[in-house]
Amino acid sequence: MIAYILKRLAYGAITIWFIATATFFSMHAVPGDPFNEAKAASPQLRQNLMARYGLDKPVTEQYLIYLRNMLRGDFGISFTQENRQVNDIIREHFPVSAILGVAALLIAATGGIIGGAVAAHWHNRSPDRAMMIAVVLAISVPSFVIAALAQMAIVRANDWLSFPLLPVAGWGGISHVWVPALVLGLGTMAYLARLMRSSMLAVMQSDYVLTARAKGLSDWQIFRKHQLRNAMLPVVTELGPTIAAITTGGFVVELIFAIPGLGRYFVQAIQQLDYTVIMGTTVFYGAFLVLMVVLIDIAYGLIDPRIRLHGDGR
Amino acid sequence: MLCLGLLCLGMAVTSAHAEAVSGQDQAITLSLATEPPSLDSMQATDQIGSFLLSHLMEGLVQYDAEGNLAPGIALRWQVREDGATFWLRKDARWSDGEPVTAHNFVFAWRRAVNPQTASQYAFILFPIKNAEAINRGELPLSDLGVRAVGDYRLEVQFERSCPYFDKLTAFMTYYPARQDIVERWGRAFAADADKMVFNGPFTLAKWVHGAHLRLEKNTRYWNREAIRLQVIDFPYITSDTTAQYNLYKDNRIALAALDAGTLNDAVKRGYEARLFDFGTLYFLEFNQRSERATHNLALRRAIQAVLEPSLLVYKVLGLPGIKPAYSLFPSGMRAYGITFSEQYPPPAIDYNIEKAREYLRQARRELGEIEPLTLLVGDSPRAVNEAEYYQYVLKQALGLETRLDQQTFKQRIAKMRRGEFDIAAAGWGPDFDDPITFGDLFASWNDNNRGRFENRRYDSWVAKAQSSADQETRLQAFDRLQHIISEQVVIIPTYENVGMYVQHPQLQGVRRSLFGGDPNFRYAWVEP
Repeated sequence: MIAYILKRLAYGAITIWFIATATFFSMHAVPGDPFNEAKAASPQLRQNLMARYGLDKPVTEQYLIYLRNMLRGDFGISFTQENRQVNDIIREHFPVSAILGVAALLIAATGGIIGGAVAAHWHNRSPDRAMMIAVVLAISVPSFVIAALAQMAIVRANDWLSFPLLPVAGWGGISHVWVPALVLGLGTMAYLARLMRSSMLAVMQSDYVLTARAKGLSDWQIFRKHQLRNAMLPVVTELGPTIAAITTGGFVVELIFAIPGLGRYFVQAIQQLDYTVIMGTTVFYGAFLVLMVVLIDIAYGLIDPRIRLHGDGR
Repeated sequence: MLCLGLLCLGMAVTSAHAEAVSGQDQAITLSLATEPPSLDSMQATDQIGSFLLSHLMEGLVQYDAEGNLAPGIALRWQVREDGATFWLRKDARWSDGEPVTAHNFVFAWRRAVNPQTASQYAFILFPIKNAEAINRGELPLSDLGVRAVGDYRLEVQFERSCPYFDKLTAFMTYYPARQDIVERWGRAFAADADKMVFNGPFTLAKWVHGAHLRLEKNTRYWNREAIRLQVIDFPYITSDTTAQYNLYKDNRIALAALDAGTLNDAVKRGYEARLFDFGTLYFLEFNQRSERATHNLALRRAIQAVLEPSLLVYKVLGLPGIKPAYSLFPSGMRAYGITFSEQYPPPAIDYNIEKAREYLRQARRELGEIEPLTLLVGDSPRAVNEAEYYQYVLKQALGLETRLDQQTFKQRIAKMRRGEFDIAAAGWGPDFDDPITFGDLFASWNDNNRGRFENRRYDSWVAKAQSSADQETRLQAFDRLQHIISEQVVIIPTYENVGMYVQHPQLQGVRRSLFGGDPNFRYAWVEP
C-alpha cells in the first residue's frame, strides 16, 4: 500500500514537472510580455523593467532559475499586482476557492447521487423524464447565464420581501456561499446524476440483485447494500478530477458574485501575461489535481474491496 | 456537512454588508471593477489606482469641486519659461502626523524617474530638467532639476518650456512620498494598508486583497472641514457590469455603470441614467513602415473616404453613449476655458466612393497588386462587430480584401509595437488637462506612435505646442496637427466613448472628471 502510494506520488511529481515546463515555454512563446500597456514604455524603460524582473536573461536560463526557485517553494513576485508575492496570492485566495469548491461539490455529489438513483428507480416514468430534462438543461446552459439568472432572482426576492434574504454578491459569511456554490456545482450535479442513473440501471439488472431479491431481502436493503454501493463506484472515480475542475472553474461565478477566489487570478494572469502568477497558479492547480487523483485511487480501494493497492501495480 | 461547517467557521466573518448610503454616518458603499494593481503613486498606471490615490493623496495642486485647478499642498505657485516655484502650506500633515515638506516631493520625483523604479509613467516628469537622461541611466538622481529651499519651497527647473506644468503636478506620479516609509518596506511598500501613509482627505483603513477596501476620513488632512464623507467602503470587487447593476438595484452600492444590457432595465425602473464623457478617442491606426502597403498615402485616402464614423456608430454599434469622432482631439477637450472643437472644428472629410476608387487606382499604379490587409483588432464583442463592418465596407466599396487578426489587449499592443499589422483598432485616453496629451501622440519620437508615422511638419508643430507659452500660438498648432492627421490619414477617428451610470439619489456632490481620478468623492455627501 505504502509502496503504491509512493509510486503514485513519484509519477505525480514528474507530471507536475512536465506541466511546469510545458507552461513555461508555451507562455513565453505567446507574443508580448507583461509590460505591454496602453501607454508605451520607452526602450530604456522596457529594459529597466526587464532587468528588474530578470526577463533580460535567455529563456533557458530563466527556466532553470524558475525551477530552482520552485523547488524552494518560491513562485516569485507578480508582475501586475506589483509588490505582491505569488505565494501570498495563492495562500490568501485558494482557501476562498476551496470553500466554494467543497460546498459546490457537496451539493453536486449529494444532489447527483440522489437524483440519479431516483431517476433509475422510476426508470422511464415521469420522475425519470423530469430529471433528465433538468440534467440536459443544467449541462447545456453555461454557468455565466445561470449565475446571472440566480443573481437576478436574489435581487427580485429581496425586493419582494423588502429585507435582504440573501446577499447579491460579496464574501465574508456563510450566507455568501450557498447560491454561488449551487451555481458552480449545478453542471457537475447534472453530470453525476446522469452517470449515477446509468450505473444504477446496470446494477439493477445484475444477477446479484436478482439473487438478493430471491433471498427475500427488502427493497430498501437491496437498494442500500447492493445497488447504491456498487452504482456509486464510477461516480467516486469522477470525483477527483471534478474537485479540481470545480475549484479551478469558478472564474465566472467568482466574477459575478464578487468572490475573491483564486480562479479570477488564474484567468486574469493569462490575459495580462503575468508570468509568475500564470506559473504559480498552474503548477499549484496541477499539483492539486494530481493529489486528488491519488487520493481518489486510495478511496476507491476502500469502497471496493476487490481492488488491491499494490506497489507493483495491477 | 460537518467539514463544510468547520470551513465556514474558519472564514473571516464580517458584519452584514451595509446599505448603499447612510446619511447618519455619512458613509457610502461602492464596488471596484478590479483590485488596484498598485497603490504606489510613483508606479501606478491604472485607472483604479489613480481613482483611489486621488482620495488618499494630494499633490501640489488639485481640482476643486467645480473642476478648476486649485491649491493643494502648494498655497501658490508661479510657472515661468525656465522653471516653476511652489510655496507649500505649513499646515499640511501626513496621516501619521509628520509635516508634508518640499523634501517629500523631491524624494518622490527622484524615485519616479529612477531607472531602477522602472515607473511606466516616468515620462510625465520629463519636462523637469535632466529627468529623461536620469531615466536612461545617464545622469545621477541628484541632477534632477528640482530642489527644496527650506521645508516649504520647491524650485523646479525645466528641460524645455512647459506652460502647463502646474496641471501636471495634479497627476499621481507627482504626488509626494515619505522616504522613511518607502525605505522601511522596500518592495512591499504600498502593497498593504499598513505599509503606506497618506496626505489626502482619506486614509486606507482596510485592504483585504481581491475582496475589500475601506477608506476613512483623514482627521489630519489640512482641509478636513471641507470633507463631509466619513467612510467610503468597497466590499465588492467585480468587473461584471450586470453584477454591479444588481448590487445597485439591491441598494448595496451607491453608483453603478450602465451598459446596453442594463440600460433598458434602468429606464424601466425609472432610474435617472446619467452621462459622463470619458474623453477617450477610438481610431484606426495605419502602419506607415515602408514595407507595408498602408505606407502608401493614396491607399490610406481611399480607405478614409469610405469609412464614415457616423454609419459605424449609429448603424452598426448602436450603443447609447457612443458618438462619432472626426478629430484627433475629442469633442469635449477643453483648453484655456474653451471647448477646442467649437473654436477649431474638425477637418471636413469628403466621403465619396468615386473619389475613393480613384485613390485606389492611384495606389494600385504605385504599389502594383495589393495583398490582403491585416486588420488588428481587440477580442471584445464590440471590437469584433466593428471589425466585421470595416471588412465588409472595404470589400464592398473598394474590393479590398482584409484579414482579421483578433488579439487580447496585451497581444494587440505587442503586435502594434512590433509593426505586425496594416490597420489597427486602437484608442487613447487623456493623461492631463491639455490637448497636447493627444497632440504629441504621433510625433516621430513618441513611443506610442506605433504606426511609425514620421512627418517633419507634424513634429515641428508638436514642438511649438509643447514649448510656446502663448495661448493663440498653441491653439493654432493644435489645429494644424488635427489637419495634418486628416490630410496624411495617420489615423481615422471612429468614435468617442461616453459612459452612462446610475447614482443613489441621496448621494450628492460627486464630480465626474477626466483628470485627477474619477469619480471624485472628495466633496460628496449623503443627503439625510
